[in-house]
Amino acid sequence: MDTVKTAAGAARKRARSEMSIWLTIGRDLRRNKLLYLMVLPVIAYYVIFDYGPMYGLQIAFKDYSPGDGIWGSPWVGFDHFVEFFNSYYFWRLIRNTLLINVYELIFGFPAPIVLALLLNELRRQYFKRIVQTITYLPHFISVVVVVGMLVDFLARDGIVNQLLSSFGIASKSYLSEPEWFRFIYVSSGIWQQVGWSSIIYLAALSNIDPTLYEAAKVDGAGRWKQMLHITIPGIMPTVIILLILKMGSMMSVGSEKILLMYNPLTYDTADVISTFVYRKGILEANYSYTAAVGLFNAVIAFTLLVLSNSISKRVSETKLW
Amino acid sequence: MIKPTLGEKTFDALNVTAMIVLCFLTLYPFLFVAFSSLSDPGLLAQHRGLLWKPYGFSLNAYKAVFANPNILSGYRNTLFYVVVGTFFNLIMTALGAYFLSRRNVFFKNAIMFMIVVTMFFQGGLIPTYLLVSNLGLTDTPWAMIIPGAINTWNLIIMRTSFQAVPVSLEESAKIDGASEWTVMWRIILPLSIPVMAVMVLFYAVGHWNAWFNAMIYLRDRELYPLQLILREILITNSTDNMTTDASGVDKMPIGEAIKYATIMVATIPILVLYPFLQKYFVKGVMIGALKE
Repeated sequence: MDTVKTAAGAARKRARSEMSIWLTIGRDLRRNKLLYLMVLPVIAYYVIFDYGPMYGLQIAFKDYSPGDGIWGSPWVGFDHFVEFFNSYYFWRLIRNTLLINVYELIFGFPAPIVLALLLNELRRQYFKRIVQTITYLPHFISVVVVVGMLVDFLARDGIVNQLLSSFGIASKSYLSEPEWFRFIYVSSGIWQQVGWSSIIYLAALSNIDPTLYEAAKVDGAGRWKQMLHITIPGIMPTVIILLILKMGSMMSVGSEKILLMYNPLTYDTADVISTFVYRKGILEANYSYTAAVGLFNAVIAFTLLVLSNSISKRVSETKLW
Repeated sequence: MIKPTLGEKTFDALNVTAMIVLCFLTLYPFLFVAFSSLSDPGLLAQHRGLLWKPYGFSLNAYKAVFANPNILSGYRNTLFYVVVGTFFNLIMTALGAYFLSRRNVFFKNAIMFMIVVTMFFQGGLIPTYLLVSNLGLTDTPWAMIIPGAINTWNLIIMRTSFQAVPVSLEESAKIDGASEWTVMWRIILPLSIPVMAVMVLFYAVGHWNAWFNAMIYLRDRELYPLQLILREILITNSTDNMTTDASGVDKMPIGEAIKYATIMVATIPILVLYPFLQKYFVKGVMIGALKE
């Protein structure tokens, strides 16, 4: 008897709360009508240009032909994935994509941290500002111009070879040498971004409580000890967050700069997944195959992100989510 | 004040030296290009090693650049994409940011979730390309403007800034009968000028430097932005069409100088604006970095 009563009561309560949700929504839609109208173009943009391509990803499991459209093309299951795994390119692309990222992780990732720490130790504020102004600048220069300068400086008769020849080093066409590609890619990337990337660490540095430094000075800590025990622990959460993000993007080298820098001579070390997708997909119109390659890449990338986030959660209690 | 120890003095001296070297390495490539572009092409071709000033002096390279119809149309197109594109970016981003900064809106969290998801999952290049083609945007200027209308990161920065406007201001306006639209235009936006300036900078620089979308979506050379023309001249190496009027002997040297002058022409607007905008963008990055 009792249970029946409570069951009926729960059902009534549920019905009431369902009602009240609809009432709340109705009232909200009426009250905020103008707000919803204002956000409508934004929603439309995201639905079309972000969710549209997600819907389109199904062509990775189909044989897409423009005539039949995304919906009408026949399903082929995992055929394109299998074809990619078995292709000659598979390991080369994985190796190149990962190696460029590992190089960036080893050399590119610490560079802005070191710069921020050094800037922080400068005693004269105006000098610090001048250095910052100058090192931020290349961030705003287009990648086309940066690669254009690389092509010119590294040409066989370019300035780099002219300078090296005065040390008796034979001139080389560096951009046609596969073994030089990663070095040039990563070091020019540091040149362009080191100042800009240091901003976020400088922000973290300025957030450290100054009284910590005073207390340390009273305890007799020199600048080295202060850096070791206050400054570095102070920016550690920022470092870890950015490291997680970097791990998450291990599989996604921006294709733009490589597309401008590489050539068939350097494909061996320069061709990465995203440039392959561009070449086979857009230039050769293998849409389904390259959509599958892209999806494979995205899945690995996302897995790496989740993985590094959970490792970081366990090790340091810093996390992205 | 504690007297610096010898070790500290050495460190300071090394640190300052390192910073000076860094500044030199950052700036010198631009100076080299600038000096080369103003040099006499013939003399430049014979010169070896670093340049500390223009070698000879000639503006012929710049004359050739500005006589090139491709560069002129590229410039015109880029200006159009920068102005119209940035304007469109700002309106769309502000509408989204305004909505997400409101309190007591039922679907706010759902819409925020929908937006944040796109930062982690994307369809990727090929489905996006097919979508833009199917929408008929290919080979129209809109391919340069509509697909990148909102940068989610910028949207979140703007929302953070909008949220910082005191609630009491907008409440008193609402009591006086202001609509959401009025609140946004008359209260929130005027109080968010610094962040709007940052957004103008980010979006405008993005449009100024964009070339990839142009390369995949535009076939008609009449629509090419400056960067795509630049790519042909600098990277795929086709200064030939610009030097046909020069005599055969001069062809090589002026070709080199034209490259340098082209780099300058494409970079000077940013170099000129940069000092004025610097104080804003640092603030903008800080907003993005510190809150969320």
